[in-house]
Amino acid sequence: MEFLNSLLEQISTAYDLLAAGWGVQLLWGIGWTLAVTSVSMVIGAVLGSLVAAAKLSHRGRLRFLGESYTTVFRGEPELLIIYLFYYGGTQVLTGVARSTGSIGPTDIVNMPSFLGGVLAVGIISGAYQAEVFRGSFLAIHRGELEAARAYGMSAWLRFRLVIMPQVLRLAVPGLGNVWQLTIKDSALISVTGVAELMLTANKAARSTHHSLLFYTVAGILYLVMTSISTPIFEKAERYTSRSFLRPK
Amino acid sequence: MDYDFYLSTMWSVLKALPLTLEIWFFGIAFGLVIATGLTWLRASGYRSGEYFTRAYVFVFRGSPLLVQLYLIYFGLSQFDFVRHSPILWPILRDPMYCTIVAMALNTAAYESEIFRGALRAVPVGQIEAAKAFGMSAFTRFRIVTLPIALRLALPAYSTEIILMTKATALASVVTIMEMMGTAQKIQHDTFRPIEVLTCAGVIYLLLNLSIARLFAWVEYVLSPHLRPAPDQSQQIKPVPEVL
Repeated sequence: MEFLNSLLEQISTAYDLLAAGWGVQLLWGIGWTLAVTSVSMVIGAVLGSLVAAAKLSHRGRLRFLGESYTTVFRGEPELLIIYLFYYGGTQVLTGVARSTGSIGPTDIVNMPSFLGGVLAVGIISGAYQAEVFRGSFLAIHRGELEAARAYGMSAWLRFRLVIMPQVLRLAVPGLGNVWQLTIKDSALISVTGVAELMLTANKAARSTHHSLLFYTVAGILYLVMTSISTPIFEKAERYTSRSFLRPK
Repeated sequence: MDYDFYLSTMWSVLKALPLTLEIWFFGIAFGLVIATGLTWLRASGYRSGEYFTRAYVFVFRGSPLLVQLYLIYFGLSQFDFVRHSPILWPILRDPMYCTIVAMALNTAAYESEIFRGALRAVPVGQIEAAKAFGMSAFTRFRIVTLPIALRLALPAYSTEIILMTKATALASVVTIMEMMGTAQKIQHDTFRPIEVLTCAGVIYLLLNLSIARLFAWVEYVLSPHLRPAPDQSQQIKPVPEVL
């Protein structure tokens, strides 16, 4: 009975705190998390396809570059990359501004935290996406590429009509995994001050002293985000491979 | 180029390597124990065991490690019984232990899935053959299922171990001065983040590359049956004329 009472009390405090404005803040946090993740995924897709192309190239130097990119950005702690882009960006921007004389010698130009964070997470996500794209390219039937060549298609036409549609279809499951990884990596951006879900939960926990409540809520919201993306990617997979579905 | 600065930074960060390795080792060791328990629970065939493992894996794989770490370090201390417990409180008030607990719980979720897949990938024929030999369930597990499953789990397990090396950097957000924390401090003192973080990055990369090498070697040693047979014709070398 006592336990039930304390539980009810907990729930009512939780409701009061969330209704007092923290709930809306957390919703904004979700919005920012999704924004960070989406922009990072787009940056990662561009970088990832370039790096995948480099890794598949027959030129040794390009292959080495692509290889190094994926090794470095999958082997370093995410936190280190984020700090590197955020604080390193500040260092570079400050250096440039000081040398052009647009600020005083003691002033500092801060790296915009959203930009720094999104670049860092995007580059990490790009390393994982490169592997996904490379794998799906290698899964394309060789005969199809040869057939396209035999038709006299130009490289661009081959890419647009044969390679890209198939890579996209085969890459969807892998991209789903990278998306989940990127959502989780985006929580690390809180260290640079982007008001995404993690930082909002942090602020709420510090100022109300209800850390258990807010971190639990944040955890649940992350779970909701990651579990909602699973059926969406499954649907995308069904859509992109609709010409390959077989009746059971 | 300021080589002295690079060298001194490298040295200071390297001095924090033992602490990083300590977090890494205990996180992995406890994680392995929990993962073994989870895999056993999942494979035991009890409905409730299966539901529990599924829920566990869903929660720990679906949320960021940072949230789990904060929940354990800041969140759990809100419970009175945690603060008054003579066992839990010494563990949960120490950021070091909290990081290890968070990492162990997190990696256990991933590892239990790896082990489950490996167990399921053991060829049925091998198990049937063992049964036909009249082996008891325990013997069968010990000398047939387990060795094959461990070999199959190795590649995915090595990836998970590398993810854990990366995860140790999170200890720096709860005030532990491991490699990342040390690099952070030097960076704040000198305001040369690019140089400092590059030094730390090189060390992390070398660490991860050596771990990957080590696992590749173990994999090589454990799979003599998958290697191509040595080429007989090339093994007989011509006798050198001058000895």
